[in-house]
Amino acid sequence: MKLGFLVDLNLCMGCKGCEVACKVENEVPISSWRLRVKYVDVGVFPDTKRTFTPLRCNHCEDAPCERICPVSALHYLDNGIVNIDKDRCIGCAGCIMACPYGAIYMDPETNTADKCTYCAHRVSSGLMPSCVVACPVEANIFGDTEDVTSGISQYIMSHNIKVRKPEKGTFPKHYYVGGGEINLNPLASVRKEGHQLFNNITHLKFIGGHH
Amino acid sequence: MIEHSIPATQAVVTLDVALPGIVWGWIITMNMWAKSIGTGVLFVGFYLLKKYHSDEKIQAIKMPLVMISIIFIHIFLLFTVLDLHQMFRFWHIFFYPHWTSAITVGAWIVTILVGVLFIMAGAKYFNRDSIYDSFFPLAVILAIPVTLYTAGIMAESTARELWQMPTEMVQMTLSATLVGSATLLLIGNNSFSDEAKRDLAIVMGLSAFVAFLLYMGEYIFGSMKAEEVGAVLQAVKEGGAYSSMFWVGQTLAYLVPAFLVFLSVTNKSYGTMPLASVSALAGLWLVKHVWLIIPQLLPMS
Ligand code: SF4
Ligand code: SF4
Repeated sequence: MKLGFLVDLNLCMGCKGCEVACKVENEVPISSWRLRVKYVDVGVFPDTKRTFTPLRCNHCEDAPCERICPVSALHYLDNGIVNIDKDRCIGCAGCIMACPYGAIYMDPETNTADKCTYCAHRVSSGLMPSCVVACPVEANIFGDTEDVTSGISQYIMSHNIKVRKPEKGTFPKHYYVGGGEINLNPLASVRKEGHQLFNNITHLKFIGGHH
Repeated sequence: MIEHSIPATQAVVTLDVALPGIVWGWIITMNMWAKSIGTGVLFVGFYLLKKYHSDEKIQAIKMPLVMISIIFIHIFLLFTVLDLHQMFRFWHIFFYPHWTSAITVGAWIVTILVGVLFIMAGAKYFNRDSIYDSFFPLAVILAIPVTLYTAGIMAESTARELWQMPTEMVQMTLSATLVGSATLLLIGNNSFSDEAKRDLAIVMGLSAFVAFLLYMGEYIFGSMKAEEVGAVLQAVKEGGAYSSMFWVGQTLAYLVPAFLVFLSVTNKSYGTMPLASVSALAGLWLVKHVWLIIPQLLPMS
């Protein structure tokens, strides 16, 4: 079994339901995200459109974060999920430097690394990840990519799929339908100072005053 | 701006999380800088002690040399542990080692090196030079992976394309020989013969020159091969704080020492070597710092 994720960006309407559901389910602290929906505005007024791209850990088949972790806090589960053991983590931030997708954050409340686990705790009891459940348009499709009859496999077979930064050789197990250069390549869109919908993000201080 | 948007699309990110900021900051710079000194004095000191085995003034550095190495390796270890968000879990590296990680391999080897250095210091203290001498080659062999493992960590940092292997490996080696020779030139300034100073100066000058060439190679050609490298180097090319720091670092660490060494060797006068050495030591900190920080300015998502 190799669990994977697929987001159909043609369906996603940027409601952030998945983001909120993830925060609640996993008690993700303020100023940290396991899953977030990136907005990129394209075009010139009045001919403009907004694209929405949910971004989460890709559960790479050859995960640089797992490779660099000195204590195996990041580890593979049998179902392909790249999981994290927060009690094991020493907070070296090697994984943050290694993940090409910016998927890992340092939890200011536990002073340990954390990230999306595809809700491994829910999956182990037969439940879907909470973001999948929350999505009102069923843009998130989750399942076994090794089972050709699964919903995700069928979707992959009938659509044109893309992954983020394939050139990194990480073999992401997170796919996008309707993804393009603009929303999947961080260098293909500009970030203007003061041009974000949320400009003043409150950052929690790390426990123990770590920088 | 370091992004390269397609003009036709006018694509602007209007909502994304803020960058995590600088995750590895000056503490890691201190770590790399101190490690270069701690291992560099072993490499260059070994050569000096072997070549001038009957020169008493050179042989007198045996104790200072091992003490400098112990002190700087401990500064390096202190800053390594200080940077951990969970520093009291450091022992996990020894009880749950993950051998694919350069961090783990480095931590284990440096621990063995520290043990060997203490044996050497003890041997010298009790005037057992034969024990000191027999452990020195082992210390040098262990110092090689200790110097190189940071390059391994940088290579495993898949997100930061600027840090390439084997360039970083060569840069780490040159950093060690640069500041190793600089430190020995400082401690031997009043006692070493001109011949020994000349040897040290040549090691320092060549290390500086080759390291400078490597950085310039990356600066000029890096962006022709990789989009991300080009985007990162914009932080240095566009001006601003990191640009100044980069050029001040290159000048102090490499250009000033290489130039002074060239003058000294041609004039056979080594009076400027303390200045060149201090310049190399200070400059290397800046060079390491800029190279550590700039890839972290790149948006990952
Ligand atoms: S996306 Fe990042 S955090 Fe997730 S498995 Fe890949 S490298 Fe690790
Ligand atoms: S921060 Fe934690 S999870 Fe990340 S590499 Fe270090 S020990 Fe592993």
